[in-house]
Amino acid sequence: MATQLVSGKVAVSATINGEPTAWLCEPRETLLEVLRDRLGLTGSKEGCGNGNCGACNILLDGRLINSCCMLAVEAEGSTITTVEGIGRPEGLTPLQRCFLEEAALQCGFCTPGFLVAAQALLDKNPDPTEDEIRWWLAGNLCRCTGYDKIVRAVQKAAAEMRG
Amino acid sequence: MDTETKYRVIGTRPLRPDGVDKVTGRAVYGADVVLPRMAYGKILRSPHAHARIRHIDTSRAEALPGVLAVMTSRDLPDVSASSVAMGEGGDMNMRYASNNVMAHDKALYQGHAVAAVAATSPHIAAEALALIEVEYEVLTPVLDVRKAMEPDAPLLLEELYTDTGGEKSEKPSNIAQHLIAEEGDVEKGFAEAAVVVEREYVTQTVHQGYIEPHAAVAEWRADGQLTIWCSTQGAFAVREQCAAILQHPISQIKVIPTEIGGGFGGKINVYLEPVAAVLSKKTGRPIKMVMDRAEVLMATGPTPGGYIRVKMGADAEGNLTAAQAYLAYDAGGYPGSPVSAGCTTVFAPYKLRNVRIDGYDVVVNKPKSAAYRAPGATIAEFATETVVDEICEKLGMDPLEFRRKNSAEEGDWRPWGPPYTRIGHKECVEAAQASPHWNSPLEKEGPDGKRRGRGVASGYWMNWDGTSSCTGRLNPDGTVSLLEGSTDIGGTRASIAMQFAEAFGVDYEQVRPMVVDTDTVGYTDVTGGSRTTFGTGYAAHELAKQMQRDIIAKLASLWEVAPESITVNGPCYASNGNSATLQEVAKLLEENGQHVAAAVTVKGHNSSGAFGVHIADVEVDPETGKVDVIRYTAVQDAGKAIHPSYVEGQMQGGVTQGIGWALNEEYAYDEAGHLRNANLLDYRMPTTLDVPMIETIIVEVPNPGHPYGVRGAGEVPIVPPPAAIANAIYDAVGVRMRELPMSPPKVCEAILQKDE
Repeated sequence: MATQLVSGKVAVSATINGEPTAWLCEPRETLLEVLRDRLGLTGSKEGCGNGNCGACNILLDGRLINSCCMLAVEAEGSTITTVEGIGRPEGLTPLQRCFLEEAALQCGFCTPGFLVAAQALLDKNPDPTEDEIRWWLAGNLCRCTGYDKIVRAVQKAAAEMRG
Repeated sequence: MDTETKYRVIGTRPLRPDGVDKVTGRAVYGADVVLPRMAYGKILRSPHAHARIRHIDTSRAEALPGVLAVMTSRDLPDVSASSVAMGEGGDMNMRYASNNVMAHDKALYQGHAVAAVAATSPHIAAEALALIEVEYEVLTPVLDVRKAMEPDAPLLLEELYTDTGGEKSEKPSNIAQHLIAEEGDVEKGFAEAAVVVEREYVTQTVHQGYIEPHAAVAEWRADGQLTIWCSTQGAFAVREQCAAILQHPISQIKVIPTEIGGGFGGKINVYLEPVAAVLSKKTGRPIKMVMDRAEVLMATGPTPGGYIRVKMGADAEGNLTAAQAYLAYDAGGYPGSPVSAGCTTVFAPYKLRNVRIDGYDVVVNKPKSAAYRAPGATIAEFATETVVDEICEKLGMDPLEFRRKNSAEEGDWRPWGPPYTRIGHKECVEAAQASPHWNSPLEKEGPDGKRRGRGVASGYWMNWDGTSSCTGRLNPDGTVSLLEGSTDIGGTRASIAMQFAEAFGVDYEQVRPMVVDTDTVGYTDVTGGSRTTFGTGYAAHELAKQMQRDIIAKLASLWEVAPESITVNGPCYASNGNSATLQEVAKLLEENGQHVAAAVTVKGHNSSGAFGVHIADVEVDPETGKVDVIRYTAVQDAGKAIHPSYVEGQMQGGVTQGIGWALNEEYAYDEAGHLRNANLLDYRMPTTLDVPMIETIIVEVPNPGHPYGVRGAGEVPIVPPPAAIANAIYDAVGVRMRELPMSPPKVCEAILQKDE
């Protein structure tokens, strides 16, 4: 249980990208706000604030969610993965590398959400068809690429990961 | 020489220098900026589409704990009606720009800013907005462009008169400008025609739809130095607008561009920056402001809807004899729709001798329109390209063959410009004719009673040249730091560095491109107008040549040889037995206390614009009117594709925006002028499920105005989709769609009417 403090703030703890993390926040703050503004994890983006665009996608206990649609106090005890937790600059995942090689990003703003969502897909389904990729990623809006190169990057990463 | 082997770097597909940051969540966008002592601003917006602001009481908001300052338009200086050149956004009257940032006496659209609050948290700022009391006198809104043009229409701006070729109208009007372009004799041309088709078109307001909402942080220090961090297409354009709106010396404003999450023309005008600056001045703290999606849709961007009439005639052999267009675009609350660009592009693909074009810029109670990818061209060419399809049908001619026969070429007339230089429309048509798509038969029967059809359309955009600067430094290890003023929206760090590397004779990896602030590099126009790879690439080429000359001069002195005796072969410099690689040169210069650095500014090289030809296959459900695009090919003349993957990406992205515009996207206003779909569920942009893979064919007809022949690639691909899809719908179900979007209810109704 999260602990309500006198200040009106609540103490919350969770495991984020493998690190035990605790924070104080107001009950009205979304998980996305806390990740970005209190914990400095600005890789997750706000594009719409109501779950329409997917730019704030994270994994919560292994499930793909829109972090703008969840209150931070509800994350007590959970295990969270953000884009900062999938790969490192010196060691990109196949998916991250394929996004670069296939030019699957232009402005790059929707990219964190797509990467988190696509990683969640490949974790479940190592050999998705084009239709399956398109269905899975339909909750992520990209205005730059027309999706063609994103779908191809996911296909290529899947093939590489299968070996 | 075969262009495939002519270049070492150009035409390859290296990774972008900012790529790793962007796939690991490290790249810093507008809303990611954090400063010590930062506070937060929020804007109160008008709930009315048209209202006089009688009184604003901010006292209750000011009293809320945590509130640091409140501002209204009284905190902005009175700006005289000066104008600032905004490049693709057109010239902007700065009094209107100031009033658009914060309404002065009238709110001209729902969402128009009327006051702002700075507080210690964004939540407190939002609470404080609810405590500001505004007394409005609600006025009748005018939303339709034709109604706004009527003589007795309610006026938005009482001091606005129609400008027709410099002549002012006698009475105030909602028509800001009437443009006229004429060539030859249209009456004679139509008299010579065997077929004349005249049609009317109505389109709706649409938004650029960048996924990153506007964001800015401003810090106004006590010494008057103002620093602004923001997501923008042009740091210098932000600096100029803020200097004018705030009446603050331009030398005391520094704009630091962050990474930008899409712009498409919509991140040229300032909205938040001057407000954050004023709030920072009032509070003595840095102020961060970030819009939410509803604010983005209600108060920024959009590109106009309009009313268009196009009439074209052709003789029995299929030669166009005359063309006439009437274009009325809604500018939003202040003048400045892209109707002039609509007039310039409406007949661009064709060789025409008898033309008349009338364009009207009309204010209505909608957000002030901004540039959007080929501003003004998409709806204009939607009209022309569907009229051409009807002419082809009546003459029994193949639509691509008709376009090839009537294609504009070098030396042909165009409105308000010098004749075309070398252009590649005909080559694009021929590439479309030879494409796998055009040569694959389409099965007309789809599953479940659906009908299939194929359509084609051409499109043009003019490739603005503008001004670009680059600064370069040779580092002691032989690498080069390349400083640019162009914000990178889709890979231009790479495409500019590639041109520098090619000209400097080094590998791409030896060049380290950086987008820098307005104090660090020379003036650079916005990333817009399809100009960045063209114009800033040109500057990078000139910079490389200048740095090479400087190296030669310094080496000549050190080697004690004549400069002209030094030969350069890639990264190797040699003369009279001396030779050194660039890496050795850099070390030698450093050891001798020498440094190679240069700055160049390139302005106004003639650019000739670019064409595309698209082929669309659609599947129409006659029961519901839903249209699915099942195959799509875009052919485009890129002049020379510097980084082919990024050119393809521009084409695929532009096509997808065009498909959204064609089939789904529109601002849905009620009669009171309230926007009823200010969110991304109801403002329906294409998802992965709405588009197929987009096939691309890059044609390369070199642009004579660029050292590598580059033509701008970004904007052309949004132009043809609505017309190509409308022509495909006709082929599928026999109805001619003349309104956008061609949404299911409209297509369904058209099918029902035809069946009656």
